[in-house]
Amino acid sequence: MALLEVEHLTQRFGGLQALTDFNLTLEEREILALIGPNGAGKTTVFNVVSGFYTPTEGSVVFDGKPTRGLKTNEVTSLGMARTFQNIRLWKDLTVLDNIRIAQHHNLGYSLLDAFLRTKKYRIREREIEEKSRNMLEKMGLTEYAAEFPKNLPYGLQRRVELTRALSLEPKLLLLDEPAAGLNSADVGELIGLIRWIYDNFPITIWMIEHQMQLVMSLCTRIMVLDFGKVIARGTPEEIRVNPVVINAYLGEEAAQCC
Amino acid sequence: MKKYTLNILALVVCLLLVVAAQMDMLDQYVLTIIMFIGINIIFASSLNLVNGYMGEFSCGHAGFMCIGAYAASFLSVTLFTNNKILGAALLPPYLAPWLFLFILLVGGIVAALFGLVVALPSFRTRGDYLAIITIAANYIIISLIENIDIIGGPRGLQGMRKVMNAMRHTLDIPWMLIWVIIVTGISLLILYRLVNSTYGKGISAVCQDEVAAKIMSVNTDRVKMVAFMVSSGLAGVAGGLYAHMYGYINPQAFNILKSTEGLVMVYLGGMASLSGSVLAAILFTLLVEALRFAIPAVDGALHAIHVLPDGFELSQVWKWVLIPLILILLMQFRPEGLLGNRELTDVFPRLRRWFTLK
Amino acid sequence: METLFQNVVNALQWGSFYALIALGYTLVYGVLQLINFAHGDIFMVGAYIAFFVASFFLGDAVPFDLSRTAVLALTIPLTMILTSCVGVLLERIAYKPLRRKGAHRLYVVITALMCGLILENGNLALLGASRRSLPELIDKTVYTLGGIAVTNLKLWVIFTAVLVFVILQFVVMRTKIGMAMRAVSWDKFALPLMGIPLDTVILFTFILGSGIAGLGGMLFAMSYPVLDPYMGAMVGWKAFIAAVVGGIGDIRGAFIGGFLLAFIEIMVAAFLPSTFRDLFAFTILLAILWWRPTGLFGVPHTTKI
Repeated sequence: MALLEVEHLTQRFGGLQALTDFNLTLEEREILALIGPNGAGKTTVFNVVSGFYTPTEGSVVFDGKPTRGLKTNEVTSLGMARTFQNIRLWKDLTVLDNIRIAQHHNLGYSLLDAFLRTKKYRIREREIEEKSRNMLEKMGLTEYAAEFPKNLPYGLQRRVELTRALSLEPKLLLLDEPAAGLNSADVGELIGLIRWIYDNFPITIWMIEHQMQLVMSLCTRIMVLDFGKVIARGTPEEIRVNPVVINAYLGEEAAQCC
Repeated sequence: MKKYTLNILALVVCLLLVVAAQMDMLDQYVLTIIMFIGINIIFASSLNLVNGYMGEFSCGHAGFMCIGAYAASFLSVTLFTNNKILGAALLPPYLAPWLFLFILLVGGIVAALFGLVVALPSFRTRGDYLAIITIAANYIIISLIENIDIIGGPRGLQGMRKVMNAMRHTLDIPWMLIWVIIVTGISLLILYRLVNSTYGKGISAVCQDEVAAKIMSVNTDRVKMVAFMVSSGLAGVAGGLYAHMYGYINPQAFNILKSTEGLVMVYLGGMASLSGSVLAAILFTLLVEALRFAIPAVDGALHAIHVLPDGFELSQVWKWVLIPLILILLMQFRPEGLLGNRELTDVFPRLRRWFTLK
Repeated sequence: METLFQNVVNALQWGSFYALIALGYTLVYGVLQLINFAHGDIFMVGAYIAFFVASFFLGDAVPFDLSRTAVLALTIPLTMILTSCVGVLLERIAYKPLRRKGAHRLYVVITALMCGLILENGNLALLGASRRSLPELIDKTVYTLGGIAVTNLKLWVIFTAVLVFVILQFVVMRTKIGMAMRAVSWDKFALPLMGIPLDTVILFTFILGSGIAGLGGMLFAMSYPVLDPYMGAMVGWKAFIAAVVGGIGDIRGAFIGGFLLAFIEIMVAAFLPSTFRDLFAFTILLAILWWRPTGLFGVPHTTKI
């Protein structure tokens, strides 16, 4: 069974048709890239899949469960995590707290437990903290645990956001332009990081990305979106030579990087 | 042992207060101010949960205090005194001390249910629109109570003094002071535990980025509901204390002006800071009382040196010119308040060595 | 049936007051996204200014005798100008410095709330609790039409409110500065590109809003000639809620919201004990907001992800 099945997805905002008949079957352990020019509707796909928008038509089935009617946090709890194009950390909470809050789907205690600080509460809080610190350690962020994200450099903020998403222990990780705002040295590091995540976690990755170096070196499959429609899909090699894609999007950039 | 220094100190101070009150060493006026500080602490810190930690602008907090005050008073008056509402007392008066905390709790729960009036719309709307809903809720609550004749309507409700007297009759100790101290302590503990749990951190997450909170599996609707209900519930508890302290309440005592007092305290102390709210509640209460004496003194002095014309007198109204002015200046020069987003322990890290809080 | 019409006339009159205040709220909100909580008290200040101006011209300080019509003709513009000055003063002393520091929007709102308190209580502290009443400036004539009594004053009030609305709608939709006002609400940073400084637009907005509130205050004082420092607070809060129900930031919304609130209030008071007025009025308004969270004319702002 596929991890994610998106069928005939169509999304309209008033008169604007942002997505037309989007179909996708994502198998476990894939790394898929969704590329396309600005305004092609890429983030809209993510917003629908992560349960932020209810699709006008079509269905999303994640891990065997249809997500229509579920709230965003419920979709997340099914095992889908996500990062944002413009980093959305809680800037006035410490890095550790940022990670801890991602355990909200799995608190294991009630409000009353929190008021009374019952044994269950204390055990769970200790577990959550340990787990979060472990995660930080794995991602090499231990020394920043008590820092506020607003005081961290951009690259580190990206890493914290990625850590936060991973601490949900997702089956599917959605990355919305993870390389946005990074310089080429940082991109090299990010490629290594994503590769490392893929190797060390039982995870499927789906990313939106403009950075061709990153897409070409990581992804097993690429989809190209233009004006809300999928215009091509295939392996990086196929996409690289696909005339429709080159026309719509890659243009000279593709010629340069290949 | 060192770790408990401040805890023990606080306990000793509270005990000393109670003993002093018992020995009649404290003036009734001083005692009232001390109790009022406690009530204001609960009022301000519970408002801070919504306005500070969750970042909404609720300006009808006094409405919930009103509900709590009336619910608790109605219960205690009908249970323990011969009254006009239900006739003879339902329970023997000597039970009053045993059931008082329960009565306050019921007041809090009723207020928390009314908190839903504000909590449910907050799922769909934020910011200015929610601010309006809170104002409207304040008006609705007052108007509602003014229209229920059985609890006195606009004339107000009394008889709580009899309940307090019944407690004194059972055992002659300063009950009201003890209740205020205990309930203030419990309320602060509840808030502290809430905002420091992973659960409660979700409230700050909603404040800082609701979209991210949803994506990171925070059930934002539930978190909002919890924040509003805990906040309004504690305001209700504060109302119950207030009613029994004064022995008389009327709906207009909880109008928008009272809500504004709460706002003044929260922003004076700083958003998302419990110790800030406590500090601000103390300062604010003392300031209001100090002005009560300072204004006639200044008036006398100015008349003595003939600055003011004879017919003109500085009245107590000036208090409500000066207090807003202080807050305006604060917003201009230190908008984060005394301790915005920080606790006392962040300002004085050494304090941590002297107490433990769990 | 006659009482119903009588009530409609009363509702139209009250609605005019609410609408005149709500317009000021909505103008400032549209431009600055600021709930100017002091606005209700500007209304009160307007009433007091009208009182002082009218008393001055009718008193002995003026060497020649003025007819009451002449006094009225002088009082209206003077009241509007002086009230505008108060509004602009608030903006310059209290709000602008905060804006320049880039303070959080909330801090400006709180400052506005506190400015309102200072205006109310400062007035009470300075002028004392003795109630003043505006001298009569026009002769009351009562027109009876099939059993409905309408004073000329009521008609003037309603007429003025409609006139103000029409003029305002014209200013905002057709003039350059009006377009600039609308532009600010969409994009504060693009405005200088249009060649109008942001500061001018804000100033103009406050002059307009406060002037209208001053006019409303004066009409109110003429209709109910007992002045009271807290008269603006309650009416102001209600007008604000009316503006929000209409969809704050929208002029039509404020106008219609004001009349809607007045109709609800008067009709509730007509069929139920008047103590239920606030209860029902606010509950109905809440229900409207529940149904349309951004008000009748409001446009929902979507968060971009």
